Amino acid sequence: MQGKMAVVGSAETIMVFKAAGVEAFPVTDEKSARETLRKVAHDFPVVFLSEEFAEPLKDLLKRFDEGAYPVVLPIPTGKEKGYGEAFLKDSMERALGVDILFQK
Amino acid sequence: MELKKLKARLSTAVRGHKLLKDKSDEMVRRFTVLLREDKRLRDEVEDDLAAALKQFALAGALTPAYVQETAFSMPAARVEADCATESVMGVDVPKIALTQTTSAALPYAFSEITSEADDSVRMVSALLPKLLRLAEIEKAVRLLSYEIERNKRRVNALEYVMIPQLEETIKYIRNKLDENERAAIVRLMKVNGA
Repeated sequence: MQGKMAVVGSAETIMVFKAAGVEAFPVTDEKSARETLRKVAHDFPVVFLSEEFAEPLKDLLKRFDEGAYPVVLPIPTGKEKGYGEAFLKDSMERALGVDILFQK
Repeated sequence: MELKKLKARLSTAVRGHKLLKDKSDEMVRRFTVLLREDKRLRDEVEDDLAAALKQFALAGALTPAYVQETAFSMPAARVEADCATESVMGVDVPKIALTQTTSAALPYAFSEITSEADDSVRMVSALLPKLLRLAEIEKAVRLLSYEIERNKRRVNALEYVMIPQLEETIKYIRNKLDENERAAIVRLMKVNGA
């Protein structure tokens, strides 16, 4: 299956992705992000979502975990780090019950 | 007879339990491998992407926003992802390969945009395969984690509910049958003795 990639995020961070050939969908706040993501995830198998919108849209992201596609990847935008780690930690604890990576 | 049926069910349950437990062990092993790779890749991508975005912000500071916008609004490069699925322990996980349809030419004239922007675009282009790999792995990790959880439930249900219940019932029936047998023998002995 051929598919294209999309990126959802604030206008300044996604512009560079656009130049690299990824379809870009600028959003400004949580509400528009939710709507856009829902639409985009329907059409694109791979979606990059900038991390600042990933946290409030957790419930929506969880829905995408039911099948292999669409793949929504929260990407760091440089402003804040740590959401990706939290995401990882979450699945790790669900599956193993212990922390084997961060040991904090 | 009911006892025979129950015995068959018990042996199936025990076998199923063993199989599921093996499956669970193997899944956890694969999961840890994926998890470590995921962590390593994410750290790498986070650093690279931060660098690329910084570079882009620098470029943005050197050119007016509208120039940049027009320059970037017509991308020359087109990337596509080849999306397939792969089965890891019966879980369908995505398998994505990047197929760059056009060469990564810069979409604007050199006179419009500074070389900082060129670099950042190039950095992001170079980062795309890694990002896709990360997307793939991260999804696999999440899917596997759900599957492991479900599987654990099944194993536990078999181990702590189903198997003990079956054993209990079998024991009860066997006791009852033994009792009946003894009663019959006693009756016979009494009849013969009298």
